[in-house]
Amino acid sequence: MAKLNTRPNIQDPDGFYSELLMLHDGLGKAESDRVNARLILLLANHIGDRQILTEAMQEALKAATEGA
Amino acid sequence: MTQGKKIFEVPLYAYKRAPDQDAAQPVHRPVVVVGAGPVGLTAAIDLALQDVPVVVLDDNDKVSFGSRAICFAKRPLEIFDRLGAVGPMVEKGVTWNTGKVFFKTRKVYEFNLLPEAGHKHPAFINLQQYYLEKYLVDRLRALEAEGRPIELRGRNRVEAVGSHEDHVHLEISTPEGPYELTCDWLIACDGANSPIRRMIGEDFVGRVFEDNFLIADVVMEADFPTERWFWFDPPFNPGQSALLHKQPDNVWRIDLQLGWDIDREREKRPENVIPRLKAMLGEDAKFELEWVSIYTFQCRRMERFRHGRVIFAGDSAHQVSPFGARGANSGVQDTDNLVWKLKLVIDGLAPERLLDSYDWERVYAADENILNSTRSTEFITPKSETSRLFRDAVLDLAASHEFARPLVNSGRLSTPSVYDDSPLNGPDAEGLPARTRPGAPACDAPTAKGWLLERLGNRFCLLGIGVEVPDTLDVDGVRAEGITLGADEAPELRARYLGDAARAVYLIRPDQHVAARWTGFDEKAAQAAILRATAKG
Repeated sequence: MAKLNTRPNIQDPDGFYSELLMLHDGLGKAESDRVNARLILLLANHIGDRQILTEAMQEALKAATEGA
Repeated sequence: MTQGKKIFEVPLYAYKRAPDQDAAQPVHRPVVVVGAGPVGLTAAIDLALQDVPVVVLDDNDKVSFGSRAICFAKRPLEIFDRLGAVGPMVEKGVTWNTGKVFFKTRKVYEFNLLPEAGHKHPAFINLQQYYLEKYLVDRLRALEAEGRPIELRGRNRVEAVGSHEDHVHLEISTPEGPYELTCDWLIACDGANSPIRRMIGEDFVGRVFEDNFLIADVVMEADFPTERWFWFDPPFNPGQSALLHKQPDNVWRIDLQLGWDIDREREKRPENVIPRLKAMLGEDAKFELEWVSIYTFQCRRMERFRHGRVIFAGDSAHQVSPFGARGANSGVQDTDNLVWKLKLVIDGLAPERLLDSYDWERVYAADENILNSTRSTEFITPKSETSRLFRDAVLDLAASHEFARPLVNSGRLSTPSVYDDSPLNGPDAEGLPARTRPGAPACDAPTAKGWLLERLGNRFCLLGIGVEVPDTLDVDGVRAEGITLGADEAPELRARYLGDAARAVYLIRPDQHVAARWTGFDEKAAQAAILRATAKG
């Protein structure tokens, strides 16, 4: 049974999205990649639940293959 | 002139003609061990202590050239203690428990292996492999002098192996020509490039890591603390890793990652090594090179460690990267697992299939070691842009965020495997501590009459804590010796073996692993567990 919440869960979707983009403003590709990696690690630790993390990774991969 | 020579430059077990070489027919031996490294010597000493006649053949006559393995973990020290060899090791070895991890120029993480109280031996000692081998050879010689059936033959190289249904046939070359031997069992401890493995036509498959490491042992007077220092991407070795670790006699182990595309012969020359070391230690550092080598490594194992009457142990059976000190440490645990089983089979007290449990348990341990060592290697030597990105992100975060520190992997140091689900395991009882569950190595603890592990080992023991067990318990020719302890002899004993329970009974194997446990003594149940632990149940 999937535990990963894939229903809308962010209260202010437009605000969040814009903040995510602004985070990368003025950064080069390499620095941006570093920020993303740190962000993934921080969020993953906050979630903590190994099952949810596995499901999220699999969902991300699936989206990549489906999009290709 | 031997003065000033290193111990590994002088023959320690020089060739001597053995009567077997003059026999008209090949002499038959119960057990032959090939390889006088840490694993082969440990196997031979263990066998001799159980009065199983053993001959060790080695193609060399000296201890290991250069230092090689340096970190010896608590469990192997407990095994060497059982074999009566640990004294000089711990006395000579450097005990350490702090590790520091640096990223570029700053310290990002520090760990402490702070040994838990209530163990006889420290978590780790550092000791040059040549000293360890020397002490094992000393122990072997002492046993020989006592009249134990043990022989070490230097410059005896096995040239051919014939593996038969009921014996193994060996062709051996020596400086004085060839001779032959037959044996019931052959234990191949002849290292990662095992000629025996090649002779029986077995594969050794696994993963190659495309990287080179410069390993240098230098002698220097330095005031670095007795700690393990590991650098990711330091200024003196940009983009690569480095390790500094202390050994006895002011010898320091330095390990520098070099990358894949290098000229290995060129990098090994002192004129190229010295500038690298000066960049790390400082331009004015005064040091002398004791040993330099360049290595690459693989993580791999044989599919099975037992091939009829030929049994592989140590690096001949499995190979890991050096991060985590899982090579020699796991090899010693292989023979610890094997020898008591072989003794019971040789004495006709257990069926040959008991040896298949060696395969089961030590393949399981090898897989665990390979997994840990592969993960460390992936962290230390990231092989893609993305893996480097995440590795560096972990290191960046580790300095200020506690959560990232457990992700830093500069080697997960060797700990013994717990043989969960081993076919030899008997019942477990609910409510007792997880760390001493069936399959786990018995955890040391003080008792009123000395260390617990000193009282176990070499035979089956029935341990009653807070409950009386008989002095002996026999079943089908196998005897377990009873040891009754009080529940309150030591708080560590209670915490490790009882938890919240008032009493417990443990069946402990000759290799000091727990076979089964209960919360009371039941003769029939204990006998059934002994049968199961000897592959008769």
